[in-house]
Amino acid sequence: MRAVFKREFKAYFTTPIGYIVLCAFYAYLGLMFWTTYGAGVPDITGIISGTSVINFFFIPILTMRLMCEDRRQKVDQALLTAPVKLISIVLGKFLAAFAVFAMAYAPTVIFELVFASKVSVNVMTYIYSLIGVLLLGATLISIGMFISCLTESTAVAAILAIVVNIVFMLMSMFSDAVKDNKWFGWLSKVFDKLDFITASENFNYSIFRFADIIYFVSITAVFVFLSVRSLEKRRWS
Amino acid sequence: MISVTGLSKRYGTYLAVDDVSFNIEKGEIIGFLGPNGAGKSTIMNILTGYLSMTKGSVSIDGYDIVDYPEKAKKKIGYLPELPPLYTDMKVREYLNFIYDLKGVKFPKKPHIDEVLRLVKIDNVQNRLIKNLSKGYRQRVGFGAALVGNPDVLVLDEPTVGLDPKQIIEIRNLITKLGKNHTIILSSHILSEIQTVCDRIIIINRGKLIADDNKQDLIAKISKDRSLVAQIIGDENKVIEEISKIEGVLNVYSNGKVDGGAFEIVIEPMKGADVRTKVFNKTVGLGASMLSFKDNSMSLEQVFLRLTEATDSEVEAMLSNIKEKTGDSEEGEEE
Repeated sequence: MRAVFKREFKAYFTTPIGYIVLCAFYAYLGLMFWTTYGAGVPDITGIISGTSVINFFFIPILTMRLMCEDRRQKVDQALLTAPVKLISIVLGKFLAAFAVFAMAYAPTVIFELVFASKVSVNVMTYIYSLIGVLLLGATLISIGMFISCLTESTAVAAILAIVVNIVFMLMSMFSDAVKDNKWFGWLSKVFDKLDFITASENFNYSIFRFADIIYFVSITAVFVFLSVRSLEKRRWS
Repeated sequence: MISVTGLSKRYGTYLAVDDVSFNIEKGEIIGFLGPNGAGKSTIMNILTGYLSMTKGSVSIDGYDIVDYPEKAKKKIGYLPELPPLYTDMKVREYLNFIYDLKGVKFPKKPHIDEVLRLVKIDNVQNRLIKNLSKGYRQRVGFGAALVGNPDVLVLDEPTVGLDPKQIIEIRNLITKLGKNHTIILSSHILSEIQTVCDRIIIINRGKLIADDNKQDLIAKISKDRSLVAQIIGDENKVIEEISKIEGVLNVYSNGKVDGGAFEIVIEPMKGADVRTKVFNKTVGLGASMLSFKDNSMSLEQVFLRLTEATDSEVEAMLSNIKEKTGDSEEGEEE
């Protein structure tokens, strides 16, 4: 797992992808900080939760080449014939993407310090909202990674993941739309459960519930598992 | 060391490998021959655990590749047809990655140094793989297969894309490694198999059609093992005298050839080696022998003959062998 992690993490920075994603992200964070600070509101959770929507588009770019690039270049032959378990290959790749994603939030530490130097802040609020956004990110990464398993083209993987993410983003809308429907009213509950944004927003209100954590962790686990299965299935087809 | 039983692989309706079985002992060098699309690479991919079989079983040193994949894969170094390389890595960096991936226990630096030296890529160790030529990439792939010093090496066309000097180097390396490794080698270059391997397995249309040591295979398929000589001298007398030699079944002339010589074909009896007697007799008659060679087929001809034949023809050819006990020695004398 460590070998795969090291290789994938480095690969983000030997190709321009890591730099582009992080630069764009830092620019956005900086802008948010500037406006928030300028308005005199020391609200770090506002800055962090403002990135949720951005992540729905950024993460597919991080995950698009995770699996399909190996397959296209046939490097998967080296990985799959090495004496390692599939799960450790998948987890290595997942963690590499997650590490880059987590790096995107590094500047918020500085923001929090700046705020703390001016007013008294509740550090736990900051930590909660960070946990929330990282959990949401982990889930989106696992979904993007699974989609990357299904195709050989990075472009297709990225576009497909963005489309799927948009569907998840609009869950609350779907829920509202069918709520009063005679036959499909029950679906609104299902849509509510799949509404990632609402679930992650609980963390921004400093509501710490294990249920929310387990929610994201279990969805992530399902897609990591599905990625493993899809690698396994390729051998048998 | 490697045991393959009833191996079949089906892609949809296409049967790529059809009930193939063979055993490979420790230390053998096996040549895998077959035309394109015969199923060689598929079999190699199954042996190394990259693909799984539809039917049958594969075990490496007693470990079933499906039930104990990690243990079995640990024993194998695999060089696929297209070497699997991360082209954005440097040569040494890539081998380090493979070392970590395989969880090798030897001290890292000396081990990687040795691998770099063995496949002669130490001079490019700090270059990006994407900037290397095909021959170098091939050798990096070979190096990756050697990392961890596995007992079994599976090499799918290891010399493709190399220049003649490199080909000889790699062949020598394979021969050298063959002393303490079990090697399966596939190639289109028959002379390569002929020089490197002890035993040859021929695959055609997914079926194993021959599995024998090199000489026997050639002897089996060559229908008429005869000797051809070019001689200057009294043609009639020579033919008459040679046909009297014990062990000679038939002698006939092929007529005049260049340089005033004539060519005769000598058919020996089964199992008889008449070469010395024929030579001495010719010289004794005051005639000069310009060339004298075994007319048995080359591996190339054997290969073409087997792979172009229909199934029933192949069966006939191979069963023909059992009655044929002729010596398997093939030689060229001049």
